[in-house]
Amino acid sequence: MTLLKRGLSRRRVLQTGVAGIIGTGVAPLMFTKGAWAQEFCNNPSGDTVTFGLNLPLTGAYAEEGADEQKAYELAVQHLNGEGDGGLISVLTPTALKGNGILGKKVAFVTSDSQTKADVARAGATRMIERDGAIMVTGGSSSAEAIAVQGLCQEMGVIFMAGLTHSNDTTGKDKRRYGFRHFFNAYQSGIGLGPVLGQEYGTDRRAYHLTADYTWGWTQEESMKAATEALGWQTVEAVRTPLGAADFSQYLTPVLNSGADVLILNHYGNDMVNSLTQAVQFGMRDRQANGKNFEIVVPLFSELMAKGAGANIKGIYGTSNWHWNLQDPGTIAFTKSFGAAYGAPPSQAAHTAYVQALLYADACERAGTFYPPEVIKALEGHEFDGMGNGPTLYRAEDHQCIKNVLVVQGNDNPTSEYDVLNIVQEVPRDTVAYDPTIFGGDLGPAEPAPMC
Amino acid sequence: MRVMSRNDLLLFVGFTVVVLAMPIWLHPFGAAYPDLLQRFMIFGIFAVGFNILFGLTGYLSFGHAAFFGVGSYAAVWSFKLLSLDAIPALIFAVVVSGLFSLIIGYVSLRRSGIYFSILTLAFAQMSYNLAYSVLTPITNGETGLQLTLGDPRSLDVAMGVSTVGQPVPTLLGQSLGGFAGFYFCAGFLILAFFIAQRITNSPFGMMLKGIKSNQTRMNYTGFNTKPYTLAAFVISGMYAGLAGALLAVTDPLAGAERMQWTASGEVVLMTILGGAGTLVGPVIGAWLIKYFENIFSAINDNILRGFWSFLPEGADNVMVTISSKFVGEGWFLTLGLLFVLVVVFLPGGIMEGVRRIAHLFDRKPKDKPGKAAPRPQPAE
Amino acid sequence: MFEVIFLQFLNGLDKGAAYALIALGLTLVFGTLGVVNFAHGALFMLGAFCAVLFRQFVTLETVTLDPEKLSPWGAPLEIREPLVQAWFGDFGAVLVNYSVPASIIITIPIMLLVGIGLERGIIKHFYKRPHAEQILVTFGLAIVAQELIKSFFGPNPIPQPMPSDLRGAADIGAFLGMQANVITYPIWRLIYFLFSFVIIGGVFAFLQFTTFGMVVRAGMADRETVGLLGINIDRRFTIMFGLAAVVAGMAGVMYTPLLPPNYHIGMDFLVLSFVVVVVGGMGSLPGAVAAGFLLGILQSFASMTQVKALIPGIDQIIIYLVAVVILLVLPRGLFGRRGVMEA
Repeated sequence: MTLLKRGLSRRRVLQTGVAGIIGTGVAPLMFTKGAWAQEFCNNPSGDTVTFGLNLPLTGAYAEEGADEQKAYELAVQHLNGEGDGGLISVLTPTALKGNGILGKKVAFVTSDSQTKADVARAGATRMIERDGAIMVTGGSSSAEAIAVQGLCQEMGVIFMAGLTHSNDTTGKDKRRYGFRHFFNAYQSGIGLGPVLGQEYGTDRRAYHLTADYTWGWTQEESMKAATEALGWQTVEAVRTPLGAADFSQYLTPVLNSGADVLILNHYGNDMVNSLTQAVQFGMRDRQANGKNFEIVVPLFSELMAKGAGANIKGIYGTSNWHWNLQDPGTIAFTKSFGAAYGAPPSQAAHTAYVQALLYADACERAGTFYPPEVIKALEGHEFDGMGNGPTLYRAEDHQCIKNVLVVQGNDNPTSEYDVLNIVQEVPRDTVAYDPTIFGGDLGPAEPAPMC
Repeated sequence: MRVMSRNDLLLFVGFTVVVLAMPIWLHPFGAAYPDLLQRFMIFGIFAVGFNILFGLTGYLSFGHAAFFGVGSYAAVWSFKLLSLDAIPALIFAVVVSGLFSLIIGYVSLRRSGIYFSILTLAFAQMSYNLAYSVLTPITNGETGLQLTLGDPRSLDVAMGVSTVGQPVPTLLGQSLGGFAGFYFCAGFLILAFFIAQRITNSPFGMMLKGIKSNQTRMNYTGFNTKPYTLAAFVISGMYAGLAGALLAVTDPLAGAERMQWTASGEVVLMTILGGAGTLVGPVIGAWLIKYFENIFSAINDNILRGFWSFLPEGADNVMVTISSKFVGEGWFLTLGLLFVLVVVFLPGGIMEGVRRIAHLFDRKPKDKPGKAAPRPQPAE
Repeated sequence: MFEVIFLQFLNGLDKGAAYALIALGLTLVFGTLGVVNFAHGALFMLGAFCAVLFRQFVTLETVTLDPEKLSPWGAPLEIREPLVQAWFGDFGAVLVNYSVPASIIITIPIMLLVGIGLERGIIKHFYKRPHAEQILVTFGLAIVAQELIKSFFGPNPIPQPMPSDLRGAADIGAFLGMQANVITYPIWRLIYFLFSFVIIGGVFAFLQFTTFGMVVRAGMADRETVGLLGINIDRRFTIMFGLAAVVAGMAGVMYTPLLPPNYHIGMDFLVLSFVVVVVGGMGSLPGAVAAGFLLGILQSFASMTQVKALIPGIDQIIIYLVAVVILLVLPRGLFGRRGVMEA
């Protein structure tokens, strides 16, 4: 180690060092010129306006990402007045004219977020810095959504979250520039609780298996609160590592624990695997405490239901939206999406599509792309016709307050897409909650000085 | 005895020029935007540091991402608790990751070969799994550690500095966003490269290379090799920590997934793809992989259609369908194919390819078999 | 309490058998060819997708469109009729039901071809190259394989139902004369356990009691001398690689009902199988089996709530912690030989 010192002379260090300092000092001046031309980040100056789509095209949620991308492409077509117009004619009130946004044609750029927060942020930065995205949208995990909306707050670019279900997104990590249409774990709990009470009675003993990360914890907490309010007991709540693949060592203790309901606070592949394996352990054929043993999966997605196959039959959960609803908005969207891609849309596709339209509508109503004005237009906005009944974009936490669906795995599916039945539409007044319970601070609406 | 040979000096100056001019020559490739340039610098540092361990001593660590992650966490905590200034954060991160790598290195270096690799992998995976779950109070788990308005920032408060709006890291009050952040990182990459060059050519570096070629012989000649390998391990861990901290400076978020084994594997791939044991190779490998990840993955069908539009009707659709398998979401496939091709045909990585091409143009082949120092490479 | 511990032990054995089986092929390749095969997980994944392919084949349907009725999304309603019934009658229904075990019939030739092709095409050029390059080239191949599978089968997991007779759990407690419905365990996991035993035993017997195995073992010990004796050792090594691929593939097929396969499962098992092999000692077949059982049982017990209450997060790291402790106490793993993979 000490031998190293012999090789260095002060002179050499100084010589090379000075060259570096001069290089680093002078060069930036050449590139920052012209940065003052725009008064806010990516003010569209030409005749197009660019959306930044941040989608998981690889990784565990790639199928959600692909479905979201289809929905965004459809939304962009409809906003530009192409195709059948989709939900533009159904949205009430609407300021959309079908000629782009504020007369500018909508274009989009994409980025593969790989379902990783780091990569999602890098992709969002690229789309903002290089491609001039006026708004970033997409994503299929809460970690991604929280990371990207923090970045968008710094950059002064609006973020319309895609599939994110954690309470934190519009709770303790909420941001002025972040908006969520999707529902959250807390609402799942309030929505699902009464149905569980109705179906399984008030004298039940629940065993939770929970994915060991923030979303899982909020889901477990919400489900515990909802079921204990019914009079259920919680036998045990066990944390399982994310991506455990084999859950057998967590399932064996359930068998003789005295529990008669198993609640799987898992999502994605974890949910597919733990549910499949729980069914193999014979849990659905068991009797415990003189009752039938039941399994509950609080958050459902039809793509995951496809992955779980026959195991999903008869199992209760919640969903943001489902193509089987019978309101005009849902029918129009399902038809439009089905005509374009030959399959009904998933809830991820729906929330993505709606977010894109809502942003466009807010810009039209604000009459500008200037983010603070658009934020004002979105905050407290009340609308209808998007398939979830009357909906409010709550100003306090940027959470959409709308109906929540309680769904059940379909016993007799008529097609490979017909995997879920809607049991109940829980009205939005029931699932509304006090936005202050999760804390957090939205932060300022004034845009960052540069981006 | 000359301190720095003419070739070394040329290599260093050439490298400096290439790095500082990146915003210009990367423009035609669509990569000249600050965030990606910053990542080029940061992962360049990471790979240069990894090469000090792997390229010189031959010890293949499969857990280097842990030090990268620890550096990020340390830097973000420094932003939260001490000050938004980048300098204390970098110092703190390098010290913490140095200590962390000292502990892991001390234990892991008791074994060699694949046993060493598995030990480092095991430590890194443990760090990752714990950071994701049990250590959430420190790491903020899946969501990642972020700056908030309510952070204490005791040094800033003591100095009377107050921040308005969303807190972002600064350097002596100057913002580090955009190209300023790039030049800040570039300065560190050049410094890191300089130190690596000095280490490689120093007697210490020769010692490490001796360990690589035959450790037993080194031991028989009376050298205790362990302090040397441990020193190399810690230095390379500190490089990783510095890189992690710089990533937190340019983007103040530390997530657990940057400690996962795939992230460790990525730096191995960067180094070997570029050319392990060479100075420039790992940096080029890092740039290439990051370029693929950020630019190739963003090419969608619309862009492809524009690219092939010169072809007649029908043929362009075929080409779009074929090429879309390799870009956009298929970028990983292209990367995999590239690895296989490089390893099969260019075992020394891209640097060997460069050397072969240079050899072709070299009219009078000079054979200098004993020359270990890397030859100057043409700037690409 | 007894039944909880008994069940966890049983589960540990089951996990251990699965780990040992997955690690077996890796050890075979390393032990015979001296190649560190990072594509082993990909072979496991390819095997699993042989089952998917076979099921897709036997559930092929004729699709006729009914223009009278429309689905809710506006496309004409599809009427599907399974082809396999038309071809095989009642046997077709059995084939669909037993598609997972039946797909082994196509898995063996496919994986043999894949393995031999891989060895002849690429791996054989890497016998003399450093391990780091072997790792890189096989890792690259693994990426290519998984991305190709993704572009054909999509990224979502594809459920593979197990035969209806083998669904649900077996009442082991009652079988052993204990109280009914206390100790139950999924039938398919028991089958996988037995299957692992048969395959592992078969591979041992093959290496131990056949001439082929003897030559291969001799070749492992001293390749050049065996070559000088006029034996074509290269061809036997090629076959060994094919065999390892078949073992990995069959492990993948039989695992599909437990874990709906997606393109990524290979990578998930790669790290795990490497830890198992290294803990067992590189190149040692008994080591891989012993390490598999050890890690399986320890992992099962570490996941119990009582243990987790004592040491939070232990179930997340137990595998790696055991690996660290074993490697520090036993420098070459459980049964490793001196000088193997230490440079």
